[in-house]
Amino acid sequence: MPKEPVAVVGIGQTKHVAARQDVSIAGLVREAAVRALADAELTWADIDAVVIGKAPDFFEGVMMPELYLADALGAVGKPMLRVHTAGSVGGSTALVAANLVAAGVHRTVLTLAFEKQSESNAMWGLSLPVPFQQPLLAGAGGFFAPHVRAYMRRTGAPDAIGSLVAYKDRRNALKNPYAHLHEHDLTLEKVQASPMLWDPIRYSETCPSSDGACAMVLTNRAGAARAPRPAAWVHGGAMRSEPTLFAGKDFVSPQAGRDCAADVYRQAGITDPRREIDAVEMYVPFSWYEPMWLENLGFAEEGEGWKLTEAGVTELDGDLPVNPSGGVLSTNPIGASGMIRFAEAALQVRGEAGEHQVEGARRALGHAYGGGAQFFSMWLVGDTPPAG
Amino acid sequence: MTPHHRPAREVAIVAFAQSHHRRRTDDLSEVEMVMPVLHDVLRQTGLKASDIGFTCSGSSDYLAGRAFSFTMALDGVGAWPPISESHVETDGAWALYEAWVKLLTGEADTALVYSYGKSSPGSVRDVLTRQLDPYYLAPLWPDSVALAALQAQALVDAGHTDENALAAIAERSRTDAAANPHAQLPGTRPQGEYVVRPLRTGDCPPIGDGVAAVVLAAGDLARELCERPAWIRGMDHRIEAHSLGVRDLTDSPSTRLAAERAGAFDLPHGLKGMGGAPAVDTAELHAPFTSQEVVLAKALGLDASVRINPSGGALAANPVMAAGLIRLGEAAARIHRGASDRALAHATSGPCLQQNLVAVLEGDPRA
Repeated sequence: MPKEPVAVVGIGQTKHVAARQDVSIAGLVREAAVRALADAELTWADIDAVVIGKAPDFFEGVMMPELYLADALGAVGKPMLRVHTAGSVGGSTALVAANLVAAGVHRTVLTLAFEKQSESNAMWGLSLPVPFQQPLLAGAGGFFAPHVRAYMRRTGAPDAIGSLVAYKDRRNALKNPYAHLHEHDLTLEKVQASPMLWDPIRYSETCPSSDGACAMVLTNRAGAARAPRPAAWVHGGAMRSEPTLFAGKDFVSPQAGRDCAADVYRQAGITDPRREIDAVEMYVPFSWYEPMWLENLGFAEEGEGWKLTEAGVTELDGDLPVNPSGGVLSTNPIGASGMIRFAEAALQVRGEAGEHQVEGARRALGHAYGGGAQFFSMWLVGDTPPAG
Repeated sequence: MTPHHRPAREVAIVAFAQSHHRRRTDDLSEVEMVMPVLHDVLRQTGLKASDIGFTCSGSSDYLAGRAFSFTMALDGVGAWPPISESHVETDGAWALYEAWVKLLTGEADTALVYSYGKSSPGSVRDVLTRQLDPYYLAPLWPDSVALAALQAQALVDAGHTDENALAAIAERSRTDAAANPHAQLPGTRPQGEYVVRPLRTGDCPPIGDGVAAVVLAAGDLARELCERPAWIRGMDHRIEAHSLGVRDLTDSPSTRLAAERAGAFDLPHGLKGMGGAPAVDTAELHAPFTSQEVVLAKALGLDASVRINPSGGALAANPVMAAGLIRLGEAAARIHRGASDRALAHATSGPCLQQNLVAVLEGDPRA
């Protein structure tokens, strides 16, 4: 059955910061939405439906905030759908919105994801003990550190790899005006000397807590033809999930992540991701996840991911730039982080990424994951419509 | 706006299962609640979890009292090998909508949809206040019954109903629920004292825990899996302004618009209706309060020929986050067993019917 091709014609972000005390939650999301509409040169009247996502409602203390946000997002009288798939939610939200266009249910859809983390304390929001169930220990870092350690043991990666990733992403962030962390005086030595939080994860190798929102306008072929600026075209998108905890789970390289990537590449006709993809926006909340996901996503053989990082392949001017925007390590409004990855991938193939533009990027991957590395969502965007 | 048109692909509800809804389930985790219902719904189709093309669930962290509560519930599905899966933080009716759209793209041929809610661990009246505008309304803690009472009083003042008429809705719902083995409050019962005027105990839903699950399938596969599939002829949902002060609480324009977009007012076989009343024989309305049924029936133009909530509706069992999906399931099950040919199913979310979903379900003509 032929699907309608889906185009990204508008992208808007807020300047991500630790605390946006000058705006309400509604003010924050509206800022990103208005920028996405302006980018697409559309008005609220052009939007047929709104798909919104964020990570747990406990972060802002509002249950199902989309109800209260309907007015701020011009959704009154329209369909409004709320997605929540943990840390992968920003990506999943964009995929749900894309499906509405692909299925021909709507022509033009506004999709948005946000988090206003300053309203609460994410560390403890993720640490609620539940009887008879594994809590996420002390924040997300406490959960993921043992798996990083397992990766190091398994591959023999040298200790310095994590700090290389952090140093690279923070330097990339200096070129991105919307990034939260702009650490002008950061050096590799300072990353390596930063306090150890969850061994082997150091302070400078962890993501910040950000307030921020990201919005995109998705439309069909006819909508793209009217767009004032180049469109990014969705060539493939997929979600995969597996249980949080079970004996056979590979926390270093979850099967759900491998399957999700394989599905996206199949849809997009990618057979050699390392050569055929020009830029990757990867969900790396702790620096060691770059080499881990390089393997999980098929950019490197098992055990080889850290070698790409060490050789500078993933630098902004490298052969396979990873997180030219600065990534989650520089900006982390949790519920929005996945959508920022998807949007930054789209910016790259539209040629609209500004100072952090990867020269000649024609195909880019946006990637997100969540829960205990159990939920994955990804899309691959290109600068031309998909064939067929 | 996209005009209504018949969906590009035939998709049907082919199976429905639900738990017995109970006041408390302290003895069960969410996984333990969900799993038997998922097994039941899959057994009806003969499918295994690994055969399913797409899975989508609905639930709310605020009921569970913890972040990411749905991540553990996924264990009940048996998501290994990995599955294509998503989740909405709202009633499972919207999870069904997401799954339906996924099937319309052609990327999947079957979908498993489930939702669950445990209201018993906390005070659901207090919990629901947290979904109000966090700056202006939530700090006042107006609870769900108080807000419904405002709506009920507006209806009474406008002459749309009175307390006797509300009591008759309560009586009819619970009498019908006597035939529903899953209902929490089956059988006739006294209307009781005022909870918040003009609403009495009988006008309010029970507080309870429960689970619902549905299997969707496309085209010929649906016919293979189910003797009489409940075809989704249209489905749409609309949201209204949040602030109660800017809404006419005696009307539900979002329900009417969603019904129109879902094709409820068109005649079967794609003919345009005369406007006014939908051509359906059954309506499963998600109206946790008797007064909300009055609003919905008026917005939809339902007349006496339409059988409303033969299951007993949310007045007989109201597991929050599953009650809307149950309406879709009950309407479909009625088509499956030949008790209905064309049914309307409705789900709501938010205070005083802020957000509403309508689906039109049809069975194949009977020989």
